[in-house]
Amino acid sequence: MADNPTPDIDLPETETPAAKPKRKGIKRRIFLAGSALVVGGGIFGVWWTDSSARARANSLIGGKGQQPFGSIMTIGEDDTVTVYSPHIDFGQGSHTALGQMLADELDADWDKVRIEQAPADMSFANAALAKGFLPSMTGDFVAGLIPDAVIGMMARSMPLMITGGSSAIRFTGEVAMRRTGAAVRAVLLAEAADRLGVPESELTTAKSVVTHAASGKSLRYGELAAGATERSLSGDPVLKTPDQWTLIGKDVFRRDIPAKVDGSAVYGIDFTLPDMRVATIAMAPVRGGTLQSVDEAPAMAVKGVEKVVKLPDAVIVVGKGYWQAKKGLDALAPQWSDGGHAAVSTPAIYAAQAKLRQTAEKPDNTGGEGDVDAAFGAGGVKLVEAEYRVPFLHHAMMEPFALTGHFKDGKLKLWGGMQDPLSTRVKAAKAAGLEVDAVEFSPMIMGGGFGRRFPDLVEIIDQVALLAKQVPYPVKLIWSREQEVTHGTYRPQSSALLKASLKDGAITAMQMDYVQSGSAEGEVPFIYNLPATSRRHYAYQSNQIDGPWRSVNATQIGFYTESFMDELAAAAGADPYQFRRKHLADGGRHQKVLDEVAKRAGWGSPLPEGVGRGIAIVESFDTIVGEVVEVTLKDDGTPKVVRAFAVVDCGTTINPLNAEAQIAGGLIMGLSSAMGEAVTLDKGAVVQSNFGDYPILKLADAPPHVDVHFIDSGAKTGGIGEPGLPPASPALANALASLTGKRIRNLPVLAQAKA
Amino acid sequence: MAIAFSVNGKPVEVEAEADTPLLWVLRDDLGMTGTKFGCGIAACGACSVHVDGAITRSCSVPVGELAGKSVTTIEGLKGADGVLHKVQQAWIEAQVPQCGYCQSGQIMAAVALIEAVGTPTDAQIDEAMSNICRCGTYPRIRKAILAVAGIAAADQGAA
Repeated sequence: MADNPTPDIDLPETETPAAKPKRKGIKRRIFLAGSALVVGGGIFGVWWTDSSARARANSLIGGKGQQPFGSIMTIGEDDTVTVYSPHIDFGQGSHTALGQMLADELDADWDKVRIEQAPADMSFANAALAKGFLPSMTGDFVAGLIPDAVIGMMARSMPLMITGGSSAIRFTGEVAMRRTGAAVRAVLLAEAADRLGVPESELTTAKSVVTHAASGKSLRYGELAAGATERSLSGDPVLKTPDQWTLIGKDVFRRDIPAKVDGSAVYGIDFTLPDMRVATIAMAPVRGGTLQSVDEAPAMAVKGVEKVVKLPDAVIVVGKGYWQAKKGLDALAPQWSDGGHAAVSTPAIYAAQAKLRQTAEKPDNTGGEGDVDAAFGAGGVKLVEAEYRVPFLHHAMMEPFALTGHFKDGKLKLWGGMQDPLSTRVKAAKAAGLEVDAVEFSPMIMGGGFGRRFPDLVEIIDQVALLAKQVPYPVKLIWSREQEVTHGTYRPQSSALLKASLKDGAITAMQMDYVQSGSAEGEVPFIYNLPATSRRHYAYQSNQIDGPWRSVNATQIGFYTESFMDELAAAAGADPYQFRRKHLADGGRHQKVLDEVAKRAGWGSPLPEGVGRGIAIVESFDTIVGEVVEVTLKDDGTPKVVRAFAVVDCGTTINPLNAEAQIAGGLIMGLSSAMGEAVTLDKGAVVQSNFGDYPILKLADAPPHVDVHFIDSGAKTGGIGEPGLPPASPALANALASLTGKRIRNLPVLAQAKA
Repeated sequence: MAIAFSVNGKPVEVEAEADTPLLWVLRDDLGMTGTKFGCGIAACGACSVHVDGAITRSCSVPVGELAGKSVTTIEGLKGADGVLHKVQQAWIEAQVPQCGYCQSGQIMAAVALIEAVGTPTDAQIDEAMSNICRCGTYPRIRKAILAVAGIAAADQGAA
């Protein structure tokens, strides 16, 4: 890696994305926490990229007749603008939105704009992402002192092509796309002014054409590109004001959708090569267990099976196709160790968490302000306490893991969908014992992710790296759904004790003691204005691998806090909406969101017999979402949400049509998880195996319509992929409590109904 | 064994073990990857195709049972002129897909529903559309189906 030009800033080691910083600098946790959803390949950098990285990026995306700009876009002779996204799009629609942001500032003809995945190359490492995350890691003051060039270098050294933390639009879009579009428009104008011999001030741009109204002359961007690309791009171009936007904030159809309705979209699992074989895998049923022995003969006797490969903790069968490999695998009777985890079970974990909370000398992380103990001990207060529990959750991306590898002439080529193309290369290289330069990765579209495809936690990368080195042909490894369900990197099983004091109908102090693997401090903001608050995190790790799950810690923290707010309202004899309202800053963004969702849902209006209503508000990834759901009980006594409302303040909405779908989808995924989803453990192994015992909400049980409304506050742009999810589960629990009088403190709901 | 049937109107003959699910014959032998693998136990519907016009989860149908039958996949919905089926068109108009992985199966289920009942009620949609979508596109799926049937969604708005 390049020398560190700023010795007082620690740059992480090259090729060790998980490396801990020596001093301040990048906190690993933040990136993990933020990895929940989208990823990217790194994005680029124009003004903050060193010249060699820029030249390399341009060489990768430039080509015959294509003029590169800022290592992020090209303009063709035919006016085609190609935007290279460092972020992966696994369904959240960020590719189209990023294209809109750049094209708007560029005044490009939208019909001639294409959005492509940036190559998985270090030169595309995402400086914009690093810049976006920095303030949360170092504070705004420190972040402001770090030169952009250094941030670009940090991004490349991490490497950062991640999509996560609802970051694509917030950071890459705002920092990189808009500025690049504006800077390129400026050089096109300058080129046109010189060619036409007129002042720039007399020129206008629209639809990829520069026009000189006085003379009636015009030049197309495609005609100007070759000359313009020789000019220097401004690092600080003038951006449009919102009233000048022609694409940002508009309902634009997504570019990826046509290929997703006729079967032509090629996902990682669809990728094929001539002479390719297909493999499938069984991993040790208990996380941490190992393969003791396996007789390969029964698999080899299956027609179409070609090879059995043993890994320390897994066995892989390679066949002509998936079915042959699966039949071979099913014929095997591998012996596994349990890694010493035979005593691990779901009840045992909850018991251990409760004990840890009671007996730990001190918490691992703390947050909050004021003196809660004094408030709790003050005279005349009413104390309320409640314990909540949430289970491990499976991501259930609909496309099971599939990755194709081909090892030939000392080089490993990989094809598939991962959240961070650069980290994928680094991880594969490490597993295969190769230099990173000997590994190529071609990122493909993904059938969902929801946090599961974050490369550091994706075992299939190592598995394919090892497998490919043992066979002379290309091989595609596919995980069965059973492997997906039993070997997830789950939303952590977590529990919390919440305590609060009430006086004169108001909260005087609130404390949350929560136990799970990671801390939520610094990630999930506490939104209420209270005299005293305390959050204490106790770190507990089971034998499972806990990972980011859509919206990360905001799901469980949101469930705890917003369920408890309803319990406090009940204890105070107050309406849940009004009770929340009076504890939020008057006239602030949160209160406006809450008021709007209450208004749209007709809060307080009479409900039909047998319908209950619940409200919740959670902020995550700089976006505030308030939701109201109305629930009824079906004939079999199970709940069904019949109406749902979401009000969202994400600052500015880039593509409302797509943002609405993200919020509604998040709400439904939140309802699904709260209703029936749980990964439980017995003897250290996962009990569930497929969608039969891990139920995902279906259309019939989803609200027929989700009323989504955006408040355009103009505040810092927030995420939309994740924030719609967290309020759904507490809103559901609150609606059920209002309907039945029974408070659900342990998720999922259906398990409680049965109990 | 050799099994002869038709896919999207074209005769095919595949050499496969009789127990091989249609899904894997389509994907691995015929190279038609629009039909997706989701669960392998007929629980999610990502692999939905039509067999002699009936909605069928192809992961759980042995190819040995298909001799002489007619299979339609997502690739076969377009007209001979390349024009999208009205359900596919409605899916674009309603901007249904997010990750898109389940949508081949969703569209096949919707086409079967529309062909069976023409103008489905909400209850019929509830019953017929039992495929899983993790992205939560259900409201737009319902909206698209109602649009094809010429019914405006009961609730206004796009989501």
